[in-house]
Amino acid sequence: MYSKYAFRAAATLSLLMTSSAFAETITIATVNNGDMIRMQGLTDDFTAKTGHDVEWVTLEENVLRQRVTTDITTNGGQFDIMTIGMYETPIWGKNGWLVPLNDLPADYDVDDILPAMRGGLSYDGTLYAAPFYGESSMIMYRTDLMEKAGLEMPEAPTWEFVANAARAMTDKDNEIYGICLRGKAGWGENMAFLTATSNAFGARWFDDNWTAQFDSKEWADTLNFYIDLMNDAGPPGASNNGFNENLSLFQQGKCGMWIDATVAASFVTNPDDSSVADKVDFALAPDTGLERRSNWLWAWALGIPAGTQKEGPAKEFIQWATSKDYIELVAENEGWANVPPGARTSLYENPNYQEVPFAEMTLKSIQSADPLNPTVEPVPYVGVQFVAIPEFAGIASQVGQEFSAALAGQQTAEEALEKAQALTTEEMEAAGY
Amino acid sequence: MATQHSRSAARIMMAPAVILLLGWMLVPLTMTVLFSFKKYLPLRGGDLGWVGFDNYIRFFSSSAFWPSVQVTLVIVGGVLAITVVFGVLLALLLDQPMWGQGIVRILVIAPFFVMPTVSALVWKNMFMDPVNGLFAHLWKFFGAEPLSWLSEASMQSIILIVSWQWLPFATLILLTAIQSLDSEQLEASEMDGASPLARFIYIILPHLGRAITVVVLIQTIFLLSIFAEIYVTTQGAFGTRTLTYLIFQRVLESQNVGLGSAGGVYAIILANIVAAFLMRIVGKNLDS
Amino acid sequence: MARSITQRRKAINTAAAWAVGLLIFFPILWTILTSFKTEAQAINDPPLFLFFDWTLENYAVVQERSDYMRFLWNSIIVAGGSTILGIIIAVPAAWSMAFVPSNRTKDILLWMLSTKMLPAVGVLYPIYLIFIRLGLLDSRIGLVVVLMLINLPIIIWMLYTYFKEIPGEILEAARMDGATLKEEILYVLTPMAVPGIASTLLLNIILAWNEAFWTLNLTAAKAAPLTAFIASYSSPEGLFYAKLSAASTMAIAPILILGWFSQKQLVRGLTFGAVK
Repeated sequence: MYSKYAFRAAATLSLLMTSSAFAETITIATVNNGDMIRMQGLTDDFTAKTGHDVEWVTLEENVLRQRVTTDITTNGGQFDIMTIGMYETPIWGKNGWLVPLNDLPADYDVDDILPAMRGGLSYDGTLYAAPFYGESSMIMYRTDLMEKAGLEMPEAPTWEFVANAARAMTDKDNEIYGICLRGKAGWGENMAFLTATSNAFGARWFDDNWTAQFDSKEWADTLNFYIDLMNDAGPPGASNNGFNENLSLFQQGKCGMWIDATVAASFVTNPDDSSVADKVDFALAPDTGLERRSNWLWAWALGIPAGTQKEGPAKEFIQWATSKDYIELVAENEGWANVPPGARTSLYENPNYQEVPFAEMTLKSIQSADPLNPTVEPVPYVGVQFVAIPEFAGIASQVGQEFSAALAGQQTAEEALEKAQALTTEEMEAAGY
Repeated sequence: MATQHSRSAARIMMAPAVILLLGWMLVPLTMTVLFSFKKYLPLRGGDLGWVGFDNYIRFFSSSAFWPSVQVTLVIVGGVLAITVVFGVLLALLLDQPMWGQGIVRILVIAPFFVMPTVSALVWKNMFMDPVNGLFAHLWKFFGAEPLSWLSEASMQSIILIVSWQWLPFATLILLTAIQSLDSEQLEASEMDGASPLARFIYIILPHLGRAITVVVLIQTIFLLSIFAEIYVTTQGAFGTRTLTYLIFQRVLESQNVGLGSAGGVYAIILANIVAAFLMRIVGKNLDS
Repeated sequence: MARSITQRRKAINTAAAWAVGLLIFFPILWTILTSFKTEAQAINDPPLFLFFDWTLENYAVVQERSDYMRFLWNSIIVAGGSTILGIIIAVPAAWSMAFVPSNRTKDILLWMLSTKMLPAVGVLYPIYLIFIRLGLLDSRIGLVVVLMLINLPIIIWMLYTYFKEIPGEILEAARMDGATLKEEILYVLTPMAVPGIASTLLLNIILAWNEAFWTLNLTAAKAAPLTAFIASYSSPEGLFYAKLSAASTMAIAPILILGWFSQKQLVRGLTFGAVK
């Protein structure tokens, strides 16, 4: 009798989206990025406000993705909230695996979410995951080295300028490398960068009939340009460098330029970790004079798997973690430079945040990415640095390995593209396109 | 010797283990075989019906298949060769009288206790990193260009990491075998004027034959399915994609369970070919 | 022992063995040393060996982020539980194979070993689905069972080879004296088999402790052992060598210490019938 009443009461309360009097423990799977670690540290604030406890499952990105995908596809029910990206959200939303977030209360102000982010995390107009932080990519460069090379970085440079500057800045004897770019194989590593870059060179993954396009001249131009540049001005072993490796190189002062996620800006300007914190400036990712730039669009977002018993508390958590108040909370504790960026418009209107050196360029970068029209020529898919179909992750990791091997000098760009074309065609056929 | 009574008792005593292993083998295996005949795509709604041998043909004819078999065999073979050769040498050395033998043995045995994930992480980041790794510092110290280990010498690097983990195991078994060698026989040959090399070839090595087969068998069982070392270091890039890793990519990255299951069946076949080959050698020893 | 060994030769042996031993141990030593450095010192050029400001900061950071004791406790339960369960099942089986061999014994043994060669990832989905059905996901008992099954063939084989070395005459003598089967196993066989069982136990604790596929894929928050603990440190942002080293040291220290203390027992029975 009592339990029945309790259940009904809890259900009613959670429907009303007010804090439930019944303390629950929710399990959250998340990635071990700095912003999430910070969120973990602030969990007490959530518990104090709602009474719910949180159990964290913090995993490295690849392990996390494998873990949550297995769980969601088999309806395993291990997690009440999963940290997922812009790639998974629309696919999972379409399959009905996520709880739609269409009943968020007015004070959450869902319209405040940056339109690009909201679009990328929705399927068919319904939001399925709330962005915790969002990012695009941009150039981070060393002002001192740029000056030494006698050059001045424009706000929106071309690839030609970037390549010349990189070669001019390189001083291999002193371990200064003009440009650090991702080379480590992986669909979220080198392929994110190269796919976004290929957009600027006019290339695309598939034409309107889902035929792979790696045999196009545009892809050959992209890959050759990248490999030549990295050979001349990149660090040694670049084919093993992903985001983390490059971040560490840049913080040690070994890179002249680095084109990567906008969130890295707060790490490279943080004097605790970075030896070059006061010598960094930012510019938009380069283009080649066509209409697209080389920047991507990504968000780490919180979604609720359909079928969880704790939908109410899970929603409360999402409202807490992706709210304006949470941003204020982090700002109080860690300073404005460390708040999770790229999710809310109001953040960029906040005068405190506008003082942060990378705020403006981050917003411009995010706004210049369009996941719905990512390429010069028309494509049947959504996504700037990925293709939002279930097969993409598998295909792109393999293509990434071919490109990585080409960067390492184990094969030519042409051989890599030939293999990429063959394996993409093979996989697309297996999937029934 | 065995009575009828003890025979039936023996059967009862074996039953739990046999039934459990049969279940452990049959249930997943049956499911794997079942899935391998289906179009099973978790991200596209799961089970999409029977497709006959499509998955088998596709997996087999994929350009990645034969290279992955080759990579698997090279890694297994390479690690076996290194651990056996260095294991024998190390066992001979440790068998000699010395000060602090116990401590040296502890030092040598240590890598065997380290989690494969941890050892791969440590080697990758702190030794093989081309900028901050110790090897890079060492290379620079001698005026050489630091090597990008995991891309330029990817297979060698992985074999090195795995060998480091398994060398203690080989050494221990071989050491026990050497210690059981009849020392009088050695002394007699020494008095006859046999050179150390001759003694090694004609007396020690034949004696170690059995131990070496055991090392080879046990290690092969584990090495055929190594995963963590590749997952952490190259993720299958630079020609290090083993059959196990290829299956992993099909199942978890491409989310094609049917295709991956067909690969799983191939892996079982490969394992059994290798096993049958080994068992033929070891089986003889089990008899004696 | 007629052979006399010169002090000189002993010294050379000692030097060579220590050099090799330290070389093999060095990666572990380096990890432990690095765990006491600051992140900046960890990547210092040239590398710092002993002369740096020793700090416990990394351990504090790691502990603050993940509750080490919980992971450790899960590891202990899962590794210990699966090993004990495995031994209980394996001893009778190995006994009957060693002392009441039939012409099928060898085939059964080889078949058991071949189950170890099933590639784990190929059966991830089937096992995951079964675990959902049985409600075993993220439970220690589920992991105990799976790890027991994975290692059971090795346990049985190790015990079998060990039991086989026990001379049959002793058992026969006991039987003549009218010992029942139970008594025979409990009072005659088991005491003789203690070294073999002990080393089997140790080897399997090590194998179960280090198993990183099932322990990672079948757990979430409650049953996650140290392999999951490590998975949250393998690629954090920025400089992370020192933190990674601290986490690594924490993950391997318990088993390393156990291994060192018990290495005599481990080695004694770790022959797999290799020694005749």
